Amino acid sequence: MTDLQTKPEGVGFGRVSRKEDARFVRGKGNYLDDIALPNMLYGAVLRSPYAHARIKSIDTAAAQAHPKVKAVITGQILESLNLAWIPSLSHDVIAVLATDKVRYQGQEVAFVIAEDRYSARDALELIDVDYELLPPVVDAKRALDPDAPVIRDDIEGKKDNYIFDWGSGNEEATEAAFKKADIVVEQEMLYPRVHPAPMETCGAIADMDPISGKLTIYCTTQAPHAHRTLYALVAGLPEHKLRVISPDIGGGFGNKVGIYPGYVLAVVGSIVTKRPVKWMEDRSENLMSTSFARDYHMKGKIAATKDGKILGLRVDVLADHGAFNNTAQPSKFPAGFFHVFSGSYDLEAAYCSVRGVYTNKAPGGVAYACSFRVTEAVYAVERMVDRLALELDIDPAELRMKNLLKPEQFPYTSPTGWEYDSGEYPRALELAMKISGYQELRKEQAEKRRRGELMGIGISFFTETVGAGPKKHMDILGLGMADGCEVRVHPTGKAVVRLSVQTQGQGHETTFAQIVSEVTGIPVADVEVVHGDTDNTPFGLGTYGSRSTPVSGAAAAVASKRIVEKAKLIAAAMLECSPDDLEWESGRWHIKGDPTAGKTISEIAFAAHSTQELPQGMEGHLDASCVYDPPNLTFPFGAYICVVDVDPGTGKVTVRRFIAVDDCGPRINPMIVEGQIHGGLADGVGMALMEQIAFDEDGNCLGGSLMDYLLPTALECPSWETGETVTPSPHHPLGLKGVGESATVGSPPAVVNAVLDALKPFGVKHADMPLTPAQVWRAMQGRPMRTDLAIQ
Amino acid sequence: MQVSMTINGEQVSREIEARLLLVHFIRETAGLTGTHWGCDTSNCGTCVVLMDGVPVKSCTVLAAMANGRNITTVEGLETNGELDSVQRGFIEMHGLQCGFCTPGMMLTARWLLDNNPHPTDAEIREAISGQICRCTGYENIVRAIRWAAEHESGTGHNITEGIGA
Ligand code: FES
Ligand code: FES
Repeated sequence: MTDLQTKPEGVGFGRVSRKEDARFVRGKGNYLDDIALPNMLYGAVLRSPYAHARIKSIDTAAAQAHPKVKAVITGQILESLNLAWIPSLSHDVIAVLATDKVRYQGQEVAFVIAEDRYSARDALELIDVDYELLPPVVDAKRALDPDAPVIRDDIEGKKDNYIFDWGSGNEEATEAAFKKADIVVEQEMLYPRVHPAPMETCGAIADMDPISGKLTIYCTTQAPHAHRTLYALVAGLPEHKLRVISPDIGGGFGNKVGIYPGYVLAVVGSIVTKRPVKWMEDRSENLMSTSFARDYHMKGKIAATKDGKILGLRVDVLADHGAFNNTAQPSKFPAGFFHVFSGSYDLEAAYCSVRGVYTNKAPGGVAYACSFRVTEAVYAVERMVDRLALELDIDPAELRMKNLLKPEQFPYTSPTGWEYDSGEYPRALELAMKISGYQELRKEQAEKRRRGELMGIGISFFTETVGAGPKKHMDILGLGMADGCEVRVHPTGKAVVRLSVQTQGQGHETTFAQIVSEVTGIPVADVEVVHGDTDNTPFGLGTYGSRSTPVSGAAAAVASKRIVEKAKLIAAAMLECSPDDLEWESGRWHIKGDPTAGKTISEIAFAAHSTQELPQGMEGHLDASCVYDPPNLTFPFGAYICVVDVDPGTGKVTVRRFIAVDDCGPRINPMIVEGQIHGGLADGVGMALMEQIAFDEDGNCLGGSLMDYLLPTALECPSWETGETVTPSPHHPLGLKGVGESATVGSPPAVVNAVLDALKPFGVKHADMPLTPAQVWRAMQGRPMRTDLAIQ
Repeated sequence: MQVSMTINGEQVSREIEARLLLVHFIRETAGLTGTHWGCDTSNCGTCVVLMDGVPVKSCTVLAAMANGRNITTVEGLETNGELDSVQRGFIEMHGLQCGFCTPGMMLTARWLLDNNPHPTDAEIREAISGQICRCTGYENIVRAIRWAAEHESGTGHNITEGIGA
């Protein structure tokens, strides 16, 4: 890596404005719904109004008779094509269109294809479905009752709603730690079902060319290559005749990882009608049927000595997976990376168990910037540490400081087997405390308490687990999680880099150009980034779990290093010297001790394409590629402090300040990193205070619109205060770690801890998210929490 | 029915279905896809345009109701190839990530600055509070609008000139 100080302007890492902004601020982005192909038809999905019902009959005659309707597709038709069910990402199947039963409200029942958007919707009203209502299973805690209705009777011999049991860590050692502890604190908590709700909903356009047999799918996907391979595997479509294009994506947050029935229906629609078919869901469809997140009922238990040395931790989880087990995560991990739940602390033993169950709710589970369930894990441990602090009457900052892993313990192997690559935890917490003026805040709080005012200070410390992942440990449906990257330097010294990953706002067109620039010295402005098109990019599994920088970014760095190495040999030939006599400066090789005798990367690139005689055995041109299989995950971390005021009259929480110190290694573009953190903090405030996909006892979704599913606006968010420490990853070629999900993972417990700190005078020990005024009010009155606002 | 309106200074007249929403008229009839759509309940604000200088959620306006009106969309912010100070502010202060909320945010910002050239941060937050951004956490949007207020060219077009503050 070159020295940051000596690089010319416009080269490498640093704050530069984004390339993509030029089109976005002019309204010239190209999002899915902006694409209009000649002759395009529009699809609309008929959805189940019921959570659990048998389909007795579907009458589509009237819809078919609509003058603008081209086709109506039902589950029966799909069955004949063997496409009514497709494999999920978690050893299960999902229904594309319901055949036997509907299993959640909003499930896909029929698909209408019409000349225009409005007519397709009109025709939905003309379809007559005869349902026989069945009792729904709404409460995960009742899913395994012996008399609970069986949701998945499509699975042969299935007599219950059980999916899996899974555990990690050493149960015996954890029990032993509990036995010798002075104090054991237990707490039940719910991480409610929430939804990523990107501003752009999900959609697809399928365009089957009946002559060449080539199928082009434009799709709101974070993982275009994975989609293409899955279409090939599932539908038996030849992979070379499939092209997936992911245009500009209006936010993803994990919502756009999986394959939804609507995508498959657009494909079937195009094959049937021989015309391009667009399907774009509306907001209710997005909230009610696409990948939700969380829904973890957790029982935590923490053990410590009386002076606050944490000994052991146990968390038992009941995981509500909805009607189909369709979480998108590495195959071997039914609970994602939840077992990193021992967090940032030095403890003797830890054990977790997770039980997954079916309910009559939409499937999903891993979404919303969760880093494969690290969000739930961090929430669990950070709430437990605060509960312990409360019982021991020790300041929560002091308790954390006492138990944080020390820098000399890295690389550190956690009680559940993770190897944390690097970390300097106390430094980050100290910095957050300094920025916040922690001691003064505590003084202010004490004064306010005397006056009866409710102010709270909440801390969370998180260790993220990102960059999935090493082939030796993980795969998705048998596909290794390595990503490719190709870098080509044109004869005039400009470059193009092709990526397997897909931005949804992260700014890859800028940051990947910066990575190539950092290594090769080619100005950022001269590097073009190509992504989001399987015909024009190397294979890889896409962007989620903060994996772009750790995996694809490493591939880009390695490919760029290969370019620099090849350039060295060519430069030596040009300068008629030995490669060993050359020294690298940003963008140029020169003879050691004689900086005037050198060749720039542009000169070398031209030579590589010219008649210049190249070193023996070397092929012409200046390009390189890399498929990067990360040796380990990366472990970004951070310390967050939240300050809230609670209105004693209404229970309304105001987030007054939020201090976030993040360590994600060196920052490619500090402006973009800070922006990502801001966004995640807002997500955290939303989840902690406002967001929940709730259900009533009939399984009706009560969070099906933005009227009911509340997202934070500029008024709920404070002006974020950020800080940074830098602990490079020892195994990433540039020391980078990834940051996209850090703030979403780390912020909810800080907000919740702050609210509970404010409520301390009321003797409240815990309250579940979302901490709406009503929820806080109940807590202040000593009334029981409603773990699910809809179920009394 | 026939509707006719001015969009970014150009007359657009079409025969439409009476129920056609303005957002769809702008996007599909006039082909200006910079105006987005993000919800069914008038909550997200990705569809905000200026109608006679005032921000409206174009998903909540029938195209017929815009008959004879003057519409400004994001495509109309630039003048003679020069970006509006609001557009420059969003670039400078990283006020956008995925860009989906951005057109609506910028149009509200333009209206705000035309009517209140030196808004406080609280006034900026209030002005954009009917619009949702999932990516930025708002702080950089506030900074972008503040930047724009500090860098108004003076010669730039006041889209909402003459409209009551
Ligand atoms: S589309 Fe959401 S407010 Fe108009
Ligand atoms: S930039 Fe993505 S929604 Fe605002």
